[in-house]
Amino acid sequence: MQVDTGRPDTFPKLLLHHARVRGDRPAIREKQYGIWQAWTWDEMRREVEWLAAGLAAAGLARGAHIAVIGANRPRLYWTLVAAQALGAIPVPFYEDAIAQEMVYVFQDAAIELAVVEDQEQADKLLEILPQCPSLRRIWYDDPRGLRHYSQPGLASYESLRESGRERAAQDPGFFASQVAKGVGGDPAIMMYTSGTTGHPKGVVLSHDNLVASSVAYAELEGLRDDEEVLAYLPMAWIGQNLFSYAQWMTVGFRINCIESAETVLTDMREIGPTYYFAPPRVLEALLTQVTIRMEDASGVKRFLFRYFMELARRVGGELLDARPVKLSDRALYALGNVLVYGPLRNALGMTRIRVAYTAGEAIGPDLFVFYRSLGINLKQLYGSTETSVMVCVQPDGAVKPDTVGPPMKGVEVRILESGEIVLRCPGLFREYYKNEQATREAKDAEGWFHTGDAGFFDAGGQLRIIDRAKDVGKLSDGTLFAPKYLENKLKFFPHIKEAVAFGDRRPYASAMINIDVQAVGDWAERRGIPYSGYTDLASKPQVIELIRGCVEKVNADLARDPKLAGSQIHRFVILHKELDADDGELTRTRKVRRGFIAEKYAAIVQALDSGAERCAVEAQVRFEDGRTGTVRAEIAVVPVRTFEAPVQPAAARGAPALEEKAAA
Amino acid sequence: MNLRELEPGEVRRELGEPILALEAISLAFGGVKALSDVSFDVREHEVRAIIGPNGAGKSSLLNVINGVYRPQRGRITFRGVARAHMEPHRAAAMGIARTFQSLALFKGMTVLDNILAGRNLMMKSNLLLQALRVGPALAEEIRHRKRVEEIIDFLEIQHVRKTVVGRLPYGLQKRVDLGRALAAEPQVLLLDEPMAGMNIEEKQDMSRFILDVNDEFGTTIVLIEHDMGVVMDLSDRVVVLDYGRKIADGTPEEVRKSQAVIDAYLGVKH
Repeated sequence: MQVDTGRPDTFPKLLLHHARVRGDRPAIREKQYGIWQAWTWDEMRREVEWLAAGLAAAGLARGAHIAVIGANRPRLYWTLVAAQALGAIPVPFYEDAIAQEMVYVFQDAAIELAVVEDQEQADKLLEILPQCPSLRRIWYDDPRGLRHYSQPGLASYESLRESGRERAAQDPGFFASQVAKGVGGDPAIMMYTSGTTGHPKGVVLSHDNLVASSVAYAELEGLRDDEEVLAYLPMAWIGQNLFSYAQWMTVGFRINCIESAETVLTDMREIGPTYYFAPPRVLEALLTQVTIRMEDASGVKRFLFRYFMELARRVGGELLDARPVKLSDRALYALGNVLVYGPLRNALGMTRIRVAYTAGEAIGPDLFVFYRSLGINLKQLYGSTETSVMVCVQPDGAVKPDTVGPPMKGVEVRILESGEIVLRCPGLFREYYKNEQATREAKDAEGWFHTGDAGFFDAGGQLRIIDRAKDVGKLSDGTLFAPKYLENKLKFFPHIKEAVAFGDRRPYASAMINIDVQAVGDWAERRGIPYSGYTDLASKPQVIELIRGCVEKVNADLARDPKLAGSQIHRFVILHKELDADDGELTRTRKVRRGFIAEKYAAIVQALDSGAERCAVEAQVRFEDGRTGTVRAEIAVVPVRTFEAPVQPAAARGAPALEEKAAA
Repeated sequence: MNLRELEPGEVRRELGEPILALEAISLAFGGVKALSDVSFDVREHEVRAIIGPNGAGKSSLLNVINGVYRPQRGRITFRGVARAHMEPHRAAAMGIARTFQSLALFKGMTVLDNILAGRNLMMKSNLLLQALRVGPALAEEIRHRKRVEEIIDFLEIQHVRKTVVGRLPYGLQKRVDLGRALAAEPQVLLLDEPMAGMNIEEKQDMSRFILDVNDEFGTTIVLIEHDMGVVMDLSDRVVVLDYGRKIADGTPEEVRKSQAVIDAYLGVKH
């Protein structure tokens, strides 16, 4: 064992450190049979030690890759550490990826070993086995349904653990000696970027990258070892990895693995996380649920909710930022806290939250303000897989809905002429795996990383992201067109689940819209409108009117902003099917793949541009069992009212200030 | 060692000796003959399907097995003991559980409590101790609760654990009904149209659960089902009834080829 000088520089060393310092405190919990089961740091150290010995016996070599596939399960987290202890590199997969999507990664990283959650994942690997010549062994956590599988290379996690236990008993020094061989510069994990275009790229992050990023957050927010964190997002997403693995191992707090994807809300209420991380779509789904439930509430409750939420919108954020607020409003807010905000925070499981982050994509300002006005310290941050999520974060007391905050300590950010953001930081990735050309394109000779995002610094030195640099376009009359901005505005309405805006090099902006079946279905039920499914609901004239109203509100809002008034939405369609990652329309992190959609639904885009009133479409859908089929429909193209932009002072006109500005 | 050495072959469970046998069962309600001279057996660990057109006597047959109806003639042998007829309480005590075509759940109780209710035969401590939740009653409750949680986990209904059953969609209620039957840890499980009124996805889920129950717990399953695809995929052997008579009995392939079955389903020229 190495002498402990300063901070341990790899995750396995950190594990040994925590096992020594806080060995008897819970490290990880999992809800099983309705009860939260906990493992202490010392118990976890022992499990990881056995697992590592088992993996070593199975031939996991230094520098080799190992696949980890499944939901948040303690054993999968232990696999990450165990592999890292041996100097191997874990590659987490999205659990809902279809088998064929996995093939590329298995081939690219020449993966020989895989630890998976259950039969579903094992079946996928057995299906693609002929295309993955290097894959040798698969271990599964949950044996259910796998009893009769006779492949000799397929075995239970228990058997791996047992073989490791025997080996660890024979050679007690093995684990410590392996851990001691690792250094901070070693690759710690490889994460494949969702790839809105082309093949995914393997981003290689070192222990140093992830630890630096974790330490930066921990120092900024004063994270302590008694934080409770809910582990519920896909392990293959950098956000989850940083907040529930890297920071967990660095700070030594507790993570709690949810029981199943459907129980998140219950689990969250039971755990009461103090530190919380959610991509906007999760916050959006929560808000949609609250809105639906409020419509079911009694008249008195609805009145109270409306009245106090209006008050909160006005003063809630100000109070959270400790800015001066009128005494009468303060008193009313305190009353609202007892009657509305407190119970609502409790229902959302957010009572104990000290710090909450949102990232992954831009968040609608209204959505963001909703949570902050309730007194939840939700902040935006900016980062990507390549930067270990370490670029900008909003500081307490200066949170604005449309910025992502100033650069973090140790991060240098510049804006290029083109508006693209480039940066240097200690969390910056080593390379794209086996893809030198892509690495060189993303990271120039001086080490500046080209984010591909367009943005600018506002007067207060906070970074404002507009869109992906390549997506920001201009209408044919030269007006700025930022599709994401429009889409987010649309998506704030609970009735709209997904939106795709078009407008680049076109005379006007238009949009494709996915309704939210839950919210609109509820709305329809209330009005006695019968429907049979998504497609039927989406084509109801009443629903079209409902959505038209939403789009008009967006236009009215846009008209108030001189820079964006020109990009009001003139026409829209409600798509006949829901956009789905299985059909390639969304990425696995549920971002829309605009280019692909424009190509796939070329007929609709043309109808939006041309002035046609209806449009016949046919689309291929992939069912959950892998079969494909076609959905045919005729959909209406709906024109929307637009508004005159207000006359504004000359100074406010013109493009956003995309001036170059260096920051410390 | 290599993953490719063996192809995942067709997995067949080992079927045991007959656990349940019906011999020459005849059942009539007044002048209506529901079953005439029906004989068949169920082997341990098998999935046995009973099919037939409407009114063929399928549900009557299940009701004879668990003792709700008393046949006028015939003999039932269960686990080596022969009787002229079964009694419902004895059937339950001997390890026969069932689900119902129309659900048999307490609509106002939670999923957890409904499944727990399925274990009441196994609760040994007296009412007073149970009400006070002390001593042996507490230990017993913990033991039962654990088993119930295992069933909840098995059927993947954790998210509705504490939801009142009446508020659940139909497909989920069916699953809870199966859970309630499983709570009794039966040797033989009688399923009366477990997939009636379900959509394709729900049917697939239910099929998987039935196979898993059979596989994981070794439970013998007797099911009535209308969906032929489901029956042919799930069952080891199939009995076909028509107008209260047995017209075919055998593996799904044999039954599919039987002329009598084709006639019964498609009609025949007279």
